[in-house]
Amino acid sequence: MQKTVSLTVNGKPASATVEGRTLLVQLLREHLGLTGTHVGCDTSQCGACVVHVNGEAVKSCTLLAVQAEGANVLTIEGVATGDTLHPMQEAFRNNHALQCGFCTPGMVMSALDLVKNNAKPSDREIREYLEGNLCRCTGYHNIVLAIAEGAAVMRGEAPPANPHGVAAE
Amino acid sequence: MAEGSSGMPAIGAPVRRREDYRFLTGQGTYTDDINRPGQLYAYILRSPHASARLSRIDTSGAASAPGVVAVFTGPDMAKDNIGGLPCGWLITSKDGSPMKEPPHPVLAVDRVRHVGDPVAVVIAETFPQARDAAEKIAVDYTVEAAVVDLLEALKPGAPQLWPEAPGNICYDWHLGDAAAVETAIGKAAKIVKLDLVNNRLVANAMEPRAAIGEYDRATGEHTLYTTSQNPHVIRLLMGANVLHIPETKLRVVAPDVGGGFGSKIFHYAEEAIVTWAAGKVRKPVKWTAERSESFMSDAHGRDHVTHVELALDKDAKFTALKVSTVANMGAYLSTFATSVPTYLYGTLLAGTYTTPAIYVETKAVFTNTVPVDAYRGAGRPEATFVVERIVDLAADELGMDPAELRRRNFIPANAFPYQTPVALQYDSGDYQTTLEMALRAAGYAEFEQRRQEAARRGKLRGIGLATYIEACGIAPSAVAGALGARAGLYESGAIRVNPTGGVTVLTGSHSHGQGHETTFAQLVSEYLGVPIESVEIVHGDTNKLPFGMGTYGSRSLAVGGSAIVKAMDKIIAKGRKIAAHLLEASEADVEFKNGQFTVAGTDRSKAFAEIALTAYVPHNFPHEELDPGLDESAFYDPKNFTFPSGAHIAEIEIDPDTGSIEIVKFTASDDFGRIINPMIVAGQVHGGLAQGIGQAILEACVYDKQTGQLLTGSYNDYAMPRADDLPSFELSTHATLCTHNPLGVKGCGEAGAIGAPAAIANAVVDALKPLGVKHVEMPLTPQRLWQVIQQHQTRAAAD
Repeated sequence: MQKTVSLTVNGKPASATVEGRTLLVQLLREHLGLTGTHVGCDTSQCGACVVHVNGEAVKSCTLLAVQAEGANVLTIEGVATGDTLHPMQEAFRNNHALQCGFCTPGMVMSALDLVKNNAKPSDREIREYLEGNLCRCTGYHNIVLAIAEGAAVMRGEAPPANPHGVAAE
Repeated sequence: MAEGSSGMPAIGAPVRRREDYRFLTGQGTYTDDINRPGQLYAYILRSPHASARLSRIDTSGAASAPGVVAVFTGPDMAKDNIGGLPCGWLITSKDGSPMKEPPHPVLAVDRVRHVGDPVAVVIAETFPQARDAAEKIAVDYTVEAAVVDLLEALKPGAPQLWPEAPGNICYDWHLGDAAAVETAIGKAAKIVKLDLVNNRLVANAMEPRAAIGEYDRATGEHTLYTTSQNPHVIRLLMGANVLHIPETKLRVVAPDVGGGFGSKIFHYAEEAIVTWAAGKVRKPVKWTAERSESFMSDAHGRDHVTHVELALDKDAKFTALKVSTVANMGAYLSTFATSVPTYLYGTLLAGTYTTPAIYVETKAVFTNTVPVDAYRGAGRPEATFVVERIVDLAADELGMDPAELRRRNFIPANAFPYQTPVALQYDSGDYQTTLEMALRAAGYAEFEQRRQEAARRGKLRGIGLATYIEACGIAPSAVAGALGARAGLYESGAIRVNPTGGVTVLTGSHSHGQGHETTFAQLVSEYLGVPIESVEIVHGDTNKLPFGMGTYGSRSLAVGGSAIVKAMDKIIAKGRKIAAHLLEASEADVEFKNGQFTVAGTDRSKAFAEIALTAYVPHNFPHEELDPGLDESAFYDPKNFTFPSGAHIAEIEIDPDTGSIEIVKFTASDDFGRIINPMIVAGQVHGGLAQGIGQAILEACVYDKQTGQLLTGSYNDYAMPRADDLPSFELSTHATLCTHNPLGVKGCGEAGAIGAPAAIANAVVDALKPLGVKHVEMPLTPQRLWQVIQQHQTRAAAD
């Protein structure tokens, strides 16, 4: 059975006609063409599909599209301001916190959710919070550094000294 | 540090990656992000049985289901004379006979041989329609006994996979001097023996495999978009061996690829299925693996069982190493499967040591499992695990410090080039320096205090070290060919200087996370003295590039980068001729430095961009000597492997009440030769370590021995390393340059996965040493450690 879903995505109204079984991630990728949100598993383990729904981080493979009726959804495509990266995105770049880039959108969306709930997370808190996001490339080392830097900049502080020798822009 | 901008040295700088912007903003283009006009979707029906005869496949119900365009089976492909998936490396057994090489049909024909073996493909307008329709396919399976364990497969009476491979043996290979080893063992002051398992793993790149086939009726060209580490290799194998499409009519594109780790080297059935099917239905056909499908169709890694013996003289010098390994091939031979437990394994058994006599024999066996092939390190982690475990056991039995035993047996830094008894000639290295660096950084000398402090808290603390050597930059083609490789192993590079001085670099290497768009641009920026912003790297499309062999075995910079250097040398040579003409000087007097062609000893010079413009607007040009244009390509065939090496140290703590393990500290000191971008190199090491630690403490691919079912078929069952399983890593590097490539580089992609498992296992055995534990098999899970602790405590109490 087809159903039309209307919602707000990255600040703009969107709608699509979907099957009852269509997942939110499929709505985003296949109906709205927002392919930045990725699918890395089929058991809601990997977190590559994390988006924000009404301000909360959600694995978009765990939500039916029809459940997002009227929701306000933020995807990775909506995080930067124009061509200017969000401080968390910038921190990932400064710290080489991504390699193949596949888990990256979910990582950034989860990192933003963490900082919203805990403005100054310790390394241990960052690692524990990332329980639901798998990365096979980075060993998480640089992701932890990036989230700490992103959080500092979001608090309005100067970023910690870059451990890789990358100069601030 | 400037980001390699004009005039600044780019080599050695931590340049931020140029590919990051698109990945961080959701604008990467992975295969599943591509949608072609009129695209249909494929769902592949797979065998639920490990071993069964196929008698009837009734597709009529599926064919008439909503949205279904076509249903194809193995016999349909056979009618089109479609070939099987080829194996790229012929191994010859001890007795001189070639390996047994059974067919590998794209879709099963008369039987299935592992859970996940493809049986039929449904093509429909939407993916859900294709998947729903597949449930309507009726397959008559006659289930037969299966064998998944490699030692069980060798037993008399075991189910037989292939009539042409009696006893399930694919080959029985050996290398080294058996007589010399036996003589040395006969004279040894000490012989140490160990049986060990190298656990089966699944690569699990985060991007599941995907493929889109497309056929253009107007041109007759087939296009395959695929998640591959080496698009030209896929074009060659699929075009020539499977679908019989001439290379001129077959384009293979590997766009952004979300990790590979070896598993995306190989030519897979699904690539052939969508390419062929797109030609049949005359519309693009897309297939994307679901993760559970990846688990039962991606090639797996490792899966060795080994017996090893090390002989030592009275001075604790190694005199001989004898290794006997059984390696699982799975049900079919994947593209490079046969080379992994032979030439990528046996040849590495000298490790970093002067062991004068080595003999290795490897039996490869067929089982009812997914094919096993290269996974990050491919043979070299297995070799390192064997060598470094037996060395640690020897140290324990001799009551020696494991660091001291290693020092005593290292190939000294002044002994290079060093010929090992197992075919390789190491060109450079300094194993003692990297070990001492790691020991200092790890606080090795003060460890006993930390052990005692942990004991007061009721914890068992251990420290473990591993040194490693790997053979990378694969490989001299002639050597590989002599050993059975059915391909060359050079790399291509082309430099296309544009009229206004911008440089387009075409490379046959492929980046699936390694950051070539940045590293290669740094290299070109520095060599040609052009701003990094003026350099673009093109890869991953057979229609755009010279024939390339792709990325695996840490070869991109050592082989692909060297090809780029060769092409740049030709550009500079031609530029000098053009500059000499413009400057009215002798070519011999023209120097090229920092992007300027200068007449030596004068201030007369021409910038690189001026030479480029002259080459394309050749009004004042030496036409009698040169053709217009500034566009050169090169192929680089390495003279030898490269030999990265290093020392890794793990410090761990075990809670004896629960068996849980914490990695307190992990230190790595590596020699990768010259480093272009230290930030990217560190990232490669981090990722390799995570996979190596994953193998050591978490990951295991498990099949049910009775039914052949895959028990670890999802992330619910297969333990992937998560952020809170891992420590931060302490890294350092020490460079001895590779002596035979123009960059002096060795490769860094696999080191972490090679050194870490042995370091962790040695640390765990060290922690459990007070209980009398000599060895524990990976993965070192809490359950396994708890059981080992209980058994030894019970035994100690009984004594």
